[in-house]
Amino acid sequence: MKILFFASLRERLQCDQETFNDITGISTAQDVVDRLSERGAPWDTALENGKILVSINQEMASLNSAVNADDEIAFFPPVTGG
Amino acid sequence: MISIQEADFNVQDEMDAFRTDCPNIGAICCFTGLVREFGDRSDLTGMFLEHYPGMTEKALQSIIDQAHERWPINQVRVIHRVGELKMSDQIVFVGVSSAHREASFSACEFIMDYLKVDAPFWKKELTSSSSDWVEEKGTDQKRAERWKK
Repeated sequence: MKILFFASLRERLQCDQETFNDITGISTAQDVVDRLSERGAPWDTALENGKILVSINQEMASLNSAVNADDEIAFFPPVTGG
Repeated sequence: MISIQEADFNVQDEMDAFRTDCPNIGAICCFTGLVREFGDRSDLTGMFLEHYPGMTEKALQSIIDQAHERWPINQVRVIHRVGELKMSDQIVFVGVSSAHREASFSACEFIMDYLKVDAPFWKKELTSSSSDWVEEKGTDQKRAERWKK
C-alpha cells in the first residue's frame, strides 16, 4: 500500500510517501490514519486535523472508505488552486 | 485538453487554436487567473503551487465532462501552472468554445468554480522572509455549490 502526503501536511510530517507492506488489521482509510498516528508526534496531531482530505487511487474518498493492499492512498489539506 | 505545466502560456495562441478548423464555433469565452496581492499581505513576492500528478488531471477531466453534459459546448482548454510564480504571473487559463455565447460563458465559469474546490492544487504565499500555505475559502465552496441548484 502506497501512502502519499501533500502540501502543508507533507511539510508537517516531513514525509511525502510511505509504503505499508504489512496491512494486517487495515481495512479502511481511518485504519491507515490510526496506524500512522501510533508513531506519535507529529503524525498523531497532523492527521487528527478534521480538515484533512483523503483520496484512494486518485479519487476522493472518506475515512470510512475501504482500502486494499495495492491501493494508492493520499492525505492532503483542502485544495486552494486556481 | 488539459495541461499542468511550469511554463507560462500565451492566451492569444490558445484563442487561435480554438478557431483552427472549427467553422461551427461562434463564441470563445476565456478566463485567466493571476498571482495577486492577498488581503493584507502587501509584502507578497510570489506563490508556489503544488499538485497531485495524476489525480489533478483526472479531477479536471471530470469537471470538463460535467460541463459537456450541461451545455452544448465545443472545445475546452485548461492550463494550470505549478512551481514558483511571481506577482502578476498567469496561473490558470480556462477557455471554452461553443456555437452561441451563453454556453461558453456558463461553462467557463462552472469549470473555474469547480477547479477551485475539486482539483488538487495547493498554493503557498511567498514573502521575502516567510512562506505560508493558503487556507481554503468558504466563498469558493459557495460559488461551486450554486451550480447544484
